[in-house]
Parts: sequence; C-alpha cells; structure tokens
Amino acid sequence: MSDIFIGPDRATDAERSAVDAVVNAASGPAVVIHSERLIESGQARRSERRHLLLPALHALQHAAGWISPGGINHVADVLQVPPAEAFGVAGFYDMFSTEQPDEVGGVLHICVDAACQISGAAEAIEAAKAAGRRVHTSPCLGQCEAPVGQFLQGLNSPDRVPSMDESSPLPLPQLGDGVSELKLLRRVGVVDPISFASYVAAGGYSALARAFELGAEAVVDEVATSGLMGRGGAAFPTGIKWRGVAGESGQKHVVVNADESEPGTFKDRVLIEYDPFSVIEAATIAGFAVGASKGWIYIRGEYPVATARLVSAIEQARENGFLSDGANEASRFPSSFTFDLEVRRGAGAYICGEETALFNSLEGFRGEPRQKPPFPTTHGLFSQPTVINNPETLVNVLDIVTEGGDAYAAIGTDGSNGTKLFCVSGNVSNPGVVEVPFGATLGDVLAIAGGVEGELATVLLGGAAGSFVGPDSLDMPLTFEATRAAGASLGSGVVMAFNTEVEMGPVVTRIAEFFRNESCGQCVPCRVGTTRQHELLTISGSGSSRSGSPDGKAKLQLLDDMDRAMKDASICGLGHTASTAVRSAIDLGLVEL
Amino acid sequence: MFGAGGGTVSYNEIHETDLVVLWGSNAREAHPIFFHHLMKGLDNGAKMFCVDPRRTSSARFADSWLGLNVGTDIALANAVGNHIIANDLQNTDFIAHSTSGFEAYAASVRQYTPEHVAEISGVPASAIIELAETYASAEKAQILWTLGITEHHNGVDNVLSLCNLALLTGHIGRWGSGLVPLRGQNNVQGGGDMGALPNKLPGFADITDPEARARFSATWGVDVPPNPGIHLTLMFEAMAAGTMKAIYCIGENPADSEADVAHARAALENTELLVVQDIFMTKTAELADVVLPASVAWAESDGTVTSSERRVQRVRAAVPPPGEARHDYEIFADLANRMGVDWGNPTPEELWDELRSLSPLHKGMSWERLETEGGLQWPCPSIDHPGSPFLHGWLWADDLGGRDPAPFSVVEHAGPHEQLTDEFPIRLTTGRSLDSYNTGVQSGSIESPIRYGDALDVNPADATDLGVVDGEVVKVSSPRGSVEMAVRIQPDIPSGLAFTTFHFPELVDVNMITSDAWDKRSGTAEFKAAAIRVDKLSNDQSSSQLSNQPEKVVS
Repeated sequence: MSDIFIGPDRATDAERSAVDAVVNAASGPAVVIHSERLIESGQARRSERRHLLLPALHALQHAAGWISPGGINHVADVLQVPPAEAFGVAGFYDMFSTEQPDEVGGVLHICVDAACQISGAAEAIEAAKAAGRRVHTSPCLGQCEAPVGQFLQGLNSPDRVPSMDESSPLPLPQLGDGVSELKLLRRVGVVDPISFASYVAAGGYSALARAFELGAEAVVDEVATSGLMGRGGAAFPTGIKWRGVAGESGQKHVVVNADESEPGTFKDRVLIEYDPFSVIEAATIAGFAVGASKGWIYIRGEYPVATARLVSAIEQARENGFLSDGANEASRFPSSFTFDLEVRRGAGAYICGEETALFNSLEGFRGEPRQKPPFPTTHGLFSQPTVINNPETLVNVLDIVTEGGDAYAAIGTDGSNGTKLFCVSGNVSNPGVVEVPFGATLGDVLAIAGGVEGELATVLLGGAAGSFVGPDSLDMPLTFEATRAAGASLGSGVVMAFNTEVEMGPVVTRIAEFFRNESCGQCVPCRVGTTRQHELLTISGSGSSRSGSPDGKAKLQLLDDMDRAMKDASICGLGHTASTAVRSAIDLGLVEL
Repeated sequence: MFGAGGGTVSYNEIHETDLVVLWGSNAREAHPIFFHHLMKGLDNGAKMFCVDPRRTSSARFADSWLGLNVGTDIALANAVGNHIIANDLQNTDFIAHSTSGFEAYAASVRQYTPEHVAEISGVPASAIIELAETYASAEKAQILWTLGITEHHNGVDNVLSLCNLALLTGHIGRWGSGLVPLRGQNNVQGGGDMGALPNKLPGFADITDPEARARFSATWGVDVPPNPGIHLTLMFEAMAAGTMKAIYCIGENPADSEADVAHARAALENTELLVVQDIFMTKTAELADVVLPASVAWAESDGTVTSSERRVQRVRAAVPPPGEARHDYEIFADLANRMGVDWGNPTPEELWDELRSLSPLHKGMSWERLETEGGLQWPCPSIDHPGSPFLHGWLWADDLGGRDPAPFSVVEHAGPHEQLTDEFPIRLTTGRSLDSYNTGVQSGSIESPIRYGDALDVNPADATDLGVVDGEVVKVSSPRGSVEMAVRIQPDIPSGLAFTTFHFPELVDVNMITSDAWDKRSGTAEFKAAAIRVDKLSNDQSSSQLSNQPEKVVS
C-alpha cells in the first residue's frame, strides 16, 4: 500500500476503453466518486482489484500494440496500483511490450526452441521479417508436433495460431489405431469440444454425479487411494494435497495450472483444445472435494484456441447448471455447494508455471516464486488454502471417482499408478500426444509415434528442465522410479527425439539461453548462474576472461559449481534444474566445452 | 473531560483495531510515522473513514471520504450521535455504569438528524448513517484527530463532540478502541507533561491546588505562585496592549507561525525585552534583543522525549552542539545562577529524578528502566508498574473506585467565526505538506523532490470562474490583509474551498490572512477557517511562480 502519483502521460481513448471494459466487467474501478463530497476508495477496494492488473495489461497490449506510459497511468489510476509497480509487472512478461514498436500490426511469435529450432525456425523468422511482419522470437509455443510453431498476437483482432486456421490433423498417433485403450484421451477427437451435449453424450459429468454421491471426504479418500501423483513434473501425491486443503477453513481455491511452458510440452493444450469440459468437470470435483467455491484456470497466453474453447465450455457448463456461484438458478449442484471458474491468461513467462509464481501472477504481481513454506495448501492464491493441479492430473480424477481409487491404482507399476501422457516430438514420423500405462518403455513410446526418423542420437526427456538420454535408454520404463534411478526425470512428459543428422551444439546452447531468459532474477544464484552457463557455451577463444579462455576442464568445474549454487540457493525448481539438460548433454558427449 | 491530556491508546493498538475514523487530520503528511502504524491496521483489515473538507492524501487510504464544510464538525458528530441513539445502537450498559449526562446529550442531538446535517455539512445523509452504524457496531474503533478539529474558535467543543461518540459506544478504555489526538512533534506531549501549560505544573498537577503547590514549593525551595498564567493567544494580546513587557521565547517561531501574523509581529515588537532561544536564527529571533543559541534535541541533547502514546523515551547526544550553542537546561541553570539562585550543574538524569519525585505519573520511570525497557508509557506510578498502554480502563471496572463517571457534553454547531461574504466568498483552510514542517525552521534547509512551495489549491471549476490557470500568481485577500501566491488547480478540493500550506513564510506570508478568531478555552486560533477573495493580478504582474523548489527558504 502506498501513495500513488500519476504522471502527465494520458491514455488514448482506445486504451482507456479497453482497460475500462476489463475493470467494469469485474468489480469496477477502485475509486468511486459518488459526489464532490463523498468518495469511496481505500485499501480493501484496492487490494480486491489488484488481480485485474494482468487482464488490464492484456487489454492495453491488444488495443495499442504496446503498453504505453499513458496506458499504464490509466490502469494505475483505475486500479490504484502505483504506476511504477504496474510497469514492473508489464515488463515481466514476454507478451507485453513497454517500448513503442517500429512496425504496425500484430506480433508474430515464432518459436525457436528445440523441436522448432531443428525444423527451420531461423528461416521462418527471416522470411517473416522479410515480409515486414513484427516478429517476436519466442520460447516454446507448445506446437512441437507441428513445427515451426507460430502464434499471432493480434492488434485489435483476435489472437490466433496460423497453423490451426485450416483443419489440421489431430496430433494423436493412437487415434483409431484399434490397439490403444485410451483413458485420458478417450474423448479427444471423439467429442465436439465446443458442445456440452456432445460431452455429456460421451459420459461427461457422470464423474461429478458420482462425486456428489460419494461425498467430499470419500472423494479425497479415493484420490489418495489411487496414488495419483502430479503430472507437472514434481510428482507430488495429489491426495495429500487435497486432504491438506480439505482440512483448512475459510475461502479456498482450485487453480488449474494450464501455464504449460516447459519446452517440448503440449499435452495440456491438446486436452483443453479437444476436451475442455473434462478439465472443467475435474476442477469442479476438486472444488467439491476440498470445499473450494472458487476456481481459476491460468492458461498460457500463447494458447488462443484452447482459451477460446475453454471460455466457451465454461459458459455452457454454467448455462447447464454445472457451474454456479450460488446465484445460478439453473444450478444442478447440491444446495450446499457452489463453484465457479474464471479463466486467466498468462502473458509469456515460463516461471509462471511454478505454482507460487502463478499465484503472484494471477494476483497482479510480478510472477516471482514465493518462498515455501508456507505451502499452497495453507497459503496459496490470495494467501488462502489452494489446490493447484495441472489439467492432466485433474483429468485422471474423473476415472478415479467413477471406477474407484483401487481400480486406478491397479494400472501402471508399483511406484507409478495410472496412465501418462507423453509429448513426442522431434525426429519421429508421427509426433503428437501419446498415452500409455506407466511401465511402457521409452522405445515403446517412440514406436507409437511412428518411430525415429533416421538414426537416433539422443532423446530429451522431461523438457528443458529434464535431461538428454542416449539410445541405450530405449528399454528404460518411463516411470517415476525408473527415470529417477537413471538420474533422469519424466518432468512434464516430454520425449523429444534427435537423430544423428542434428547438430546438437546449438540445441544445447538454446536450452541454456532459454533458462537465462526465463530466470525471474529474484534469486542471485539463478540470475547469475543461468547467465554464466549460457556464456560458457557461447563464449570461446581468447579474451573472454581475465586469465584468458578457461579450458574445458575449468569450464566444467565452473558449470558444476554454478549448478550446485543454483540447486542449493534458488528458491524454485527453475534454478534447481537449469543445468541438468546441459550437464547431461556434456556427459553424453553431445557437446564439448 | 477525562483529566490528563494524552492519547488514550498505544500506537500498536491501531494495528488491531477494526475501524479508524480520521477526523480533521491529514496524518499521511503531517504524522507520517504514525501513519505507518495506521497502514498496518488497514493491511490487517481495518476499515477507515476520513472526515475532512479536503480529499487529502490520507483520505485516499480511506474506504470512505466524507467532505464536510469547514467548521461543521460538531453538526456532523452530533448527527452520528443522533443516528446511533435513534436506532438504539448505543452501549446502554456502559452509558449507565460509566457516564453521566446522557439524557441531556440525547436531547441536544435530537435536532441533528442526518438529513438536516447533510444540509449543514454538505455530506450526504447516507454517508453519515454509514459512519454512525459502522462506528457503533465495530468491536474496536478509534477516532483520531489533529488540528482540523482543534484549530477552530470552538476547538474544545469540537473535541468534546467526538468524545461524546466514544462515550456513546464505549469505544474508550479498551484495547484497540480510543480517542487519539495526534501530536505534531516528537515531544509536544512531553512539553505538556512537564508543565509547559499556563495552569499546570509537571505531571498535570493543577496550579490552583494548594496541596500540589506545597509539594512543588518544598522541593524547589521557593513558593510557587498560585495564579494560572496565560496562554499564547492572550500573551500576544497582552504584548499588544503593553501589559506584557518581556518575553522569553524558547523553540517557537511565532513571528511566522501565528495567525494574523502582522498583529503578532507588532505585538512582539511592542515588548521591552524579547529573548529567543532557538536552534536557528528564526524570524522571531531577528526581532529579539537577546538570542541564545541552543542545541538540537536530536543528536545533540541528552534527555527524554514523550510521544503521542505517552511513551517516555531516552534521547542521547551523538555530537556536541556546534559553536556557541548550549543545551537548554544548561542555559536555564546559568540564567538562574546569574539571577542569584544556585541550581548547580544538574545532569539530565538528576532533573528527571526530580520530576519523578513530584509527578506520580512518572514516578516508576527510572532512568535505567527507560533504557532497558525501550521507554515507558505513563501513568507509571511505581517502580514495579509496567506502564499504561491505554488510558481509562477504569471506566470498565465494576467499581469506578470513587471517580466521577465520564460526563457527556452538550455542544452545539456554531460554524466558523468568519462568515463568507460577497466580498470574501471563498473559504480558506490551511495545513501542512509531507516535505515540510511548520514555518520551515527545521525542514527548509533540506531539499525535497515533492516540494512545490506554498500555493493556493483551488478546484478546477473555481479556477475557471476566476479565470486563472495553474501556476498563475494571484492576489489572495482576507479582511486582515493580502498576499500574492501561485494557484495550484486541484481536482480533489471541493468547489468553494481553497487550501494552502504555510511552510515558506518568507515567500508567501500566509498567516497575514488567516483568521484572528480563537478559542478562549484552549487559546488556539482558527487557522482552519478564513474568508478570502482571489483576484487576478494585472497582466504584467502575473508570472508563473510555481516551481519544484522555492528559491529561498528560512534557515
């Protein structure tokens, strides 16, 4: 809380009305002038509205193509956020430009991360620039199955994904193969994603009905029994998380973490684009189980199609009484239960996939992770008890509720229950999302995706925060326990294959650059460490340091020292994992220092 | 009304209160350190009403700002009381047990309905009702005020009207609830506690009480005169009349700070002897026959200060006073010696121990305890007493211990002494800004990026009517005189009202125009309500004077 001084820059009419539309659609401005003698404002109104900052900045960027000083001032005035703080938030995100662009029109984001990098990203960027487009080189856009990923951030026109304008084939290698028994993906490509009726006809909302029959406590018990573990990378037992929140009192939240930004990951996008109701239903079950009345879906800003379908699905669910804030007369919920969902778009920041960074982002602050503990189960969104799960994790709950935790636990291995989605990309014949029961090997998964094109050199497992494994790992079961034993991790389910034709040096360097760009800068070891790691991979020859260029051994020592510092002293997973892929590439001999 | 004068609460009680009513105070700028305590309360969920003619920077932190007409505080407070009683929201048990005079009070506020007072005060009735209901229903609530309440010709009545509300609801004498007059300096409270009042001896002993006088006379070895002195405003009248011939002025700059300052300067010049003891060569010192340079309380002096929460704290010298400057107590002792009384060379601790022997409020506060316990809040009557975070807890005791119950006061709306006229149609009120302190003696030599100098804040609509633009220098006149100053157009000030600070008297002699009306009981002048007119200067006289930093400040 602070005094607010607004500078002389004024918003244009277009900027003003864009921001006002966002704020008025919610709870209105923070200052209400009733008359010359009665004005309402204050801390409560101010803090209640702070979470509108991110949507308001989106509105500014969309209306003007950048976040102008006048626009910032208007947002600051309407929400009573200090302009410097609003600027600090705007500057945090990739999708917001705080400098006036030279070019006019929307921004064409072109992905330069691994799968796209090896498929001609550089040429695509050159071509777009030559055509006079306003180009933004982007980290992974979650379109790895159809490189080169592109995303058009509209200026006064809707955001879109150019490749999805035509009817593109579904990125599901297993669809209709007559062999695979799909669970999480069973409705993908089968139901009409924008039809509530179609979802219900395919068995939708039977899990919620079952949950209401079981009662909240029993649902939490079933989830605990199932042994379901989070699919975002940390593999935390979902039942423990839910039980923790269920035991808290007061206002609680369910947050769906659809800020899928790990390079090589696109499974949640596919789930939401083709089966949005399943995510909504599962989030509703979570709300019922833990006693949360408020749900939020924080989705990547670069996912316009998924966002539009999600918003449409939420509206339909509400119309049909399957979301209700208590005032919905069509509500089909038990009288004691209310739950409604709100969609919030991220704005281009990998770190916001970290749960506490996501909370800060959603609350209208810079997306910097918080110190833990306290954990989200007690101090989550708005410092209130919060269940936060990613879409894949949540969709598992539907089967757990209908078939029981024991039945679910019977699938998979002893240490990893259920089925798992893998995002297979790179040099494979048929890239896409693959679902297998835990226990399938890396080779199995690659085979489902049509097998490797050419001779396999390496697989990036788990994404940029994961590690490279060699062809000798094809027999490794893709389970939490087996990958851990091998010193790797499943991460978010990335399986990116590289054949021997690929020059790996630039791929590894790009991973280092990715972490350098995406470190939020809050922890010094990570801010400095990711930068130095990238420099070690890019700077060569003499004169790069006072004592001349360090030799390979010294560089490796430096890399390991920094890795240890980041692991010891960063507060979130970004710093902890920023070196693993690079280090594994060196170990495998894919690159030399 | 409650005896000794001091805030009834501790600062940290506001962290835990449920409702803050900031009335006639721009604490954000005038009491910035205390305001941080207040903000903690807001962060913890307290609601806040701000009652002020201006939408000050403090008011921006309030859930509701009630912009009343200058001088209508009593009407508004009585309307709050009216609504509480009319809706039976008062604390009946507390009133019956701990107060007196309720019936008369209730009868007196009957005519002050919210609708009626809306017309007097300009505050919508709905807002008055909301304030009344919120205050009455809050578990813990504090009313805080400063000079917006006291700097009126009926300032004492203003205070009493707020005290009535606390009695009505029982928001007094309990942790988190209370009445808080914020002090303007770190040691204004200490000055009063030490007897720098015309009718009090140290520890608020009444000078007309023979028993108290006997105690002080015994310790001091002289007979303490039985007659109350006179307060500042009367002193100036006496100086002007020639009946007060000598003035010893210590740490005060009345030649800049008095209302109707031309009158004040003439009065000072009318004395036969003016001695000024101060840390800088002030305007008053320039008029003096003798100037005694004194050390600065902070960093150069040993001793104690007492804050608004009655907390006595030690201060210590870090550096010796520069040049010929000496500690106040050394100057006094020397002066006594020259007058033929041997005061010796007392140390601050010895002086303090003498006070403890005379003031029961301070008796338990040994030098050592002040050091080790980080200060103590009076009353602290014995060495094993922990000090008193809040006052008047006795009101809640089953047995009032022989004390009289706290009396309600019947106070009526009067409005400002100086009425608006066709000749002087604009209401002027004055106040302080964050970057400056009073006449600038202590703050003028420090640069500030937010300083704009003294300017006349006017509403945009009024500026249009007057035909003046932002920064234009205009002539501002009251029945007492005129000054030239720049206009600052402020959307937040209601139309018909003008405001200025008074920090740069050498640039803009604001107190040339402020009102000479004053409250006979408190001796405080009505700085807050003058009637003025604003005239454009002819074109060649007018030039923009408004700048970030005044070129010349008092030093």
